[in-house]
Amino acid sequence: MNRRTRLWLVAVGGAGLAALLVAACLELPDFGGDRHPYGDRAVHESLARHTANTIASVNFDQRALDTLGEISILFAAVVGCVVLLRQTRDEHRARPRPADVARPVRRYALAVLPVALLTGLYVIAHGQLSPGGGFQGGVAAATALHLLYLGADYRTLERIRPVGLYEVGDALAVSAYLVTGLACLIGAGSFLANTLLPYGTFNTLSSGGTVPLLNAAVGMEVACAVVVLLARFLDQAVEIVEENGT
Amino acid sequence: MIVVALLLVAACATTAVLVRDPVHQALVLAVLGTVLAVLFTVLQAPDVALSQLAVGSALTPLLMLLAVRKVKRPRRHKGDER
Repeated sequence: MNRRTRLWLVAVGGAGLAALLVAACLELPDFGGDRHPYGDRAVHESLARHTANTIASVNFDQRALDTLGEISILFAAVVGCVVLLRQTRDEHRARPRPADVARPVRRYALAVLPVALLTGLYVIAHGQLSPGGGFQGGVAAATALHLLYLGADYRTLERIRPVGLYEVGDALAVSAYLVTGLACLIGAGSFLANTLLPYGTFNTLSSGGTVPLLNAAVGMEVACAVVVLLARFLDQAVEIVEENGT
Repeated sequence: MIVVALLLVAACATTAVLVRDPVHQALVLAVLGTVLAVLFTVLQAPDVALSQLAVGSALTPLLMLLAVRKVKRPRRHKGDER
């Protein structure tokens, strides 16, 4: 295929895509309206299954398969990162020196750390009730752990963060999601169908059937994934060189 | 409110494109993440705003800074030798 044909192909494809997009945009509901065909149906479905947060219902009930795809992508990305950023034969591992941290920074980081960690866990736990959920809370909790790197130094962070355990946790969480889906397949007849568990009382932690379970699995997966990712990047940036500090 | 947030996002995004130094880009990206989170909150999408706040304004700049640190290091050593 020569250059001219390729250009033509791109032009035709692009024009087709543009035409379809414009046609689709013309049919969209008006901006800022309070009625939306998809929104109304999603809210109705989530209320029928006692899930207070409609977004959580869409993520972990109505579109649970999409979420499975998303966490698989994250898992694959983490595996790829771990493989790429491993220690190669011509690299050596230098122990970073203990770093001096300015006292206000240390005090602030150590004061904020528990608050941020708790906020992350809270957001995970209340994913089916209030805005947030496994993904947001997981990232927040995992990032909060790394305040220790700012407040203390890299060695302290390493001591409380066995990367191996987090890698196992990552894999376990993805499996937990899959196992929940399979349990639904066996118990309810279709993969990830939210008809197996009782829906519980509306607006309590245990409401929503399988939504809290899947939400917790995603929370654990994301938290572990972010910890492992940051650990690999920090390894490369800090440990394979002499200096320390931020 | 929406217009203000949109304008802020446009300004931040333009700055992110115009700034050439990767370290500064990471910082501008963090600001952009925060402004985007504000925009999403104004548009009544708190879930997306939370994700954006966690990923866009904390995680991505952090990873970028670490990557920049790693990439820049050998160059600095070469400079030392000279």
